Amino acid sequence: MEFLLVQALSGLASAASLFLVASGLSIIFGVTRIVNFAHGAFYMLGAYVAYTLTTRFAGPFGFWGAIVAAAIIVALLGALMEMVLLRRIYQAPELFQLLATFGVTLMVQDLVVVIWGPEDLLGPRAPGFTGAISLFGRMVPTYDLFMMTLGPVVLGILWLLFHKTRWGVLVRAATQDREMVAALGVNQKWLFTGVFALGVFLAALGGALQIPRTTVTHAMDLSIIVEVFVVVVIGGLGSVFGAFVAAIIVAELNAFGILILPQISLITVFLVMAVVLVVRPWGLFGKPESAPRAAAGLTIRPWRPFTQVERAGVALVVVAVAALPFFLGNYALTVGAEILIYVLFAASLHFMMTVGGLASFGHAAYFGLGAYGAAFLVKYMGAPMEAALIVGPLLGLAGAVLFGWFCVRLSGVYFAMLTLAFAQIAWSIAFQWVDVTGGDNGLLGIWPATWASRPAGFFWLALGIAVVGVGVLRMLVFSPFGYGLRAVRDSALRSEAIGLNRQRMQWAAFIVAGTFAGLAGALFAFLKGSVFPDYMAIPTSVDGLVMVLLGGVETVSGAVVGAVLYKALAIWLMSQTDLSKLVLGGVIVVIVLAFPKGVVGFIEDLRHRWPRKGNGATVGATKAEAA
Amino acid sequence: MKLQVSNLNSHYGPAHILYDVGLEIGAGEVVALLGRNGAGKSTTFRSIVGLVPQRAGTVMFDGADVSRLPTYEIVRRGLGYVPEDRRIFSHLTVEENFEVGRQAPRPGVATWTPDMLYKLFPNLGEMRKRPGGQMSGGEQQMLTIGRTLMGNPSLVLLDEPSEGLAPKIVEQMADAILAMKGEGLSVVISEQNLHFAKLISDRAYIIEKGRIRFSGTIADLEANPEIRDAYLAV
Ligand SMILES: Nc1ncnc2c1ncn2[C@@H]1O[C@H](COP(=O)(O)OP(=O)(O)OP(=O)(O)O)[C@@H](O)[C@H]1O
Ligand SMILES: [Mg+2]
Repeated sequence: MEFLLVQALSGLASAASLFLVASGLSIIFGVTRIVNFAHGAFYMLGAYVAYTLTTRFAGPFGFWGAIVAAAIIVALLGALMEMVLLRRIYQAPELFQLLATFGVTLMVQDLVVVIWGPEDLLGPRAPGFTGAISLFGRMVPTYDLFMMTLGPVVLGILWLLFHKTRWGVLVRAATQDREMVAALGVNQKWLFTGVFALGVFLAALGGALQIPRTTVTHAMDLSIIVEVFVVVVIGGLGSVFGAFVAAIIVAELNAFGILILPQISLITVFLVMAVVLVVRPWGLFGKPESAPRAAAGLTIRPWRPFTQVERAGVALVVVAVAALPFFLGNYALTVGAEILIYVLFAASLHFMMTVGGLASFGHAAYFGLGAYGAAFLVKYMGAPMEAALIVGPLLGLAGAVLFGWFCVRLSGVYFAMLTLAFAQIAWSIAFQWVDVTGGDNGLLGIWPATWASRPAGFFWLALGIAVVGVGVLRMLVFSPFGYGLRAVRDSALRSEAIGLNRQRMQWAAFIVAGTFAGLAGALFAFLKGSVFPDYMAIPTSVDGLVMVLLGGVETVSGAVVGAVLYKALAIWLMSQTDLSKLVLGGVIVVIVLAFPKGVVGFIEDLRHRWPRKGNGATVGATKAEAA
Repeated sequence: MKLQVSNLNSHYGPAHILYDVGLEIGAGEVVALLGRNGAGKSTTFRSIVGLVPQRAGTVMFDGADVSRLPTYEIVRRGLGYVPEDRRIFSHLTVEENFEVGRQAPRPGVATWTPDMLYKLFPNLGEMRKRPGGQMSGGEQQMLTIGRTLMGNPSLVLLDEPSEGLAPKIVEQMADAILAMKGEGLSVVISEQNLHFAKLISDRAYIIEKGRIRFSGTIADLEANPEIRDAYLAV
């Protein structure tokens, strides 16, 4: 009994930092409508800067001053980011915003290693809170007690700020109706910057306050951001009180989950989140979005099937690519096969994002499930490659059937977060269920059949599967199913009226996309000869998103172009520099700023600006789109 | 001239909505902008305060061209705007709604305080702590007007203040508008029909399909029933 109480107390202490970071994210989202992925990065920066300052300035005044100073310094960095980056993309679709902030996260990860080195750092203890006191016969660190009280205190201060100051009232008003606030003479620009700085301040403070409790590492950002997403989704985006309650729920679930399910402690939290989202999609204390924005958020230009000429052009390109093994070396062919696999992966994500209007932040789950499916068949049943490639992706399909059922109940940001959460569940199962998956060590020895064991053979195999896969997805776009999907995407109400069931159709799209991602994953397992949990991790999902957005959400073939460009760039960068994340993050940010419609969308825009003669095909397509 | 709008052309995406709209409002005048559903009244107002991104033309306010300024700067010069759908902040109390609208006093213009507004709209005085979302339509209409007055405007654009209100409340609105006029404010109201407008207005414009079709005094309009019948709902 006492043990449980002490466990609960330790949970409360962890809840404090979680609440600080989550409330910051929530406040920012409330006003700017941006889900700031870089929030974890600011949390981490807060910890690092506080480490530097506290080790330099000793004594109680030095320590506490350093904690606050660190939060302020990082908040200023946040304000800078808002001014140079976010101000340009407030009008962009929310996925671009997530990606831009994710790009910043990547950059910060490398910068932190450059500045502070790769080792974990241990900061000083907090003066005045170094000891422990005996509670129920167990020792509880006094710093934990301090953190425990801090949560409610910060909640109270925020409440006063938002209810008793003019600035706070303006922020609450802007959370509901930004345009009206401007129409009453308020300069939103500075309101936004101020809100962003406050949110970042809270995140950095949360990070800085962690240094007496844990070591400072360069992996702090991703681990906290996932937990924080869970907190704000459970509590309700935009609700500070919701963040407070949910932070306690999540921290307690973590504290007790370890006791109940030590093997898969991560899962309990995500299961609770899934249940909350199904019962109350907008979170415990959130408000239903009045007008949910379409996930893709771009006006989609009429699509059309290829003309004869274009079809011939595509065939020519495929033939040319198929001839590459006669000219390229083994390394280049292996890289080529990897690119082709990602083409299929990106195309599957693109299918559900554009036609289905479902922007997934966890598409890697199905890629990884397909890879594990194939690996299980090889490892445990001795299946040959051909069979594993056909049956393995079914695990991706099964995952999509299960997860998709929950996800299609939501839309927009919430959809993105739930897909992310499920991907993390899949990842944590793969990571923690060591007996079956090998855990972090993965499953090794997944080699292709002899005929595909040479790079050229495997390249052709990958090319064949990618061409067929992309072809099938394209056919689906222009099938009655594809038209139906676009109808429910564009107007759920109207299409329900003509008898289309939105959820069922989107579920089907989710499953199709998951299956093709699984196929890509199975192929990837054979390319690498191994499977690791990281195939399902956030970076893989984000890779897919960047490819789609780089190619252009609005276009049918964008994913192919985006995958080729991005993967080639990523692989090349990796070989050129140790700071690949810094460069990649920078590239993502620049892409979002320069091509908010993606590269193919950009080119199409140019084409539309200078229309060619004889545009009959386009007119016909408009009719087809309307049909 | 207090407000002078000329050659205003506005688009929503590919749709051309306003065609060369021109308006002239003198200091202290109450002017009605009349027109049927979808005629372009709200678009005209939204264009004047810079809420329509695709607009061209000039808007002179107090002798300065404000057509390129962001919305908040136009409003800060004393051009108040009351939207047609009220758009009160439903989670904020009456007092807090007023606070959002509050601007520094402006020389030469009436300075409004919450107490003055509670006098103008006694209903609101009884519900200072009530969230805007829990108020009747009429109360919300008073709140949205009061909120704009808190910015101490010298001119107010009032978009269909009588829409959907009970006759008694409509009378209260008319009184409030006359009180604003009494404080020296210029007021432009948009309306679908003449009944309410003629209670309070000095002059009227009629807009139809995005074009100004008539400009003159209320008496002119009364004298020409065929104009009224052609362009207005009866
Ligand atoms: N956001 C918008 N996007 C596209 N078209 C719009 C938009 N808002 C208004 N319109 C169109 O612009 C035209 C003018 O609309 P507006 O709202 O200005 O009319 P109104 O005179 O205020 O009508 P009402 O009396 O119904 O308020 C209408 O044809 C309307 O359909
Ligand atoms: Mg209107």
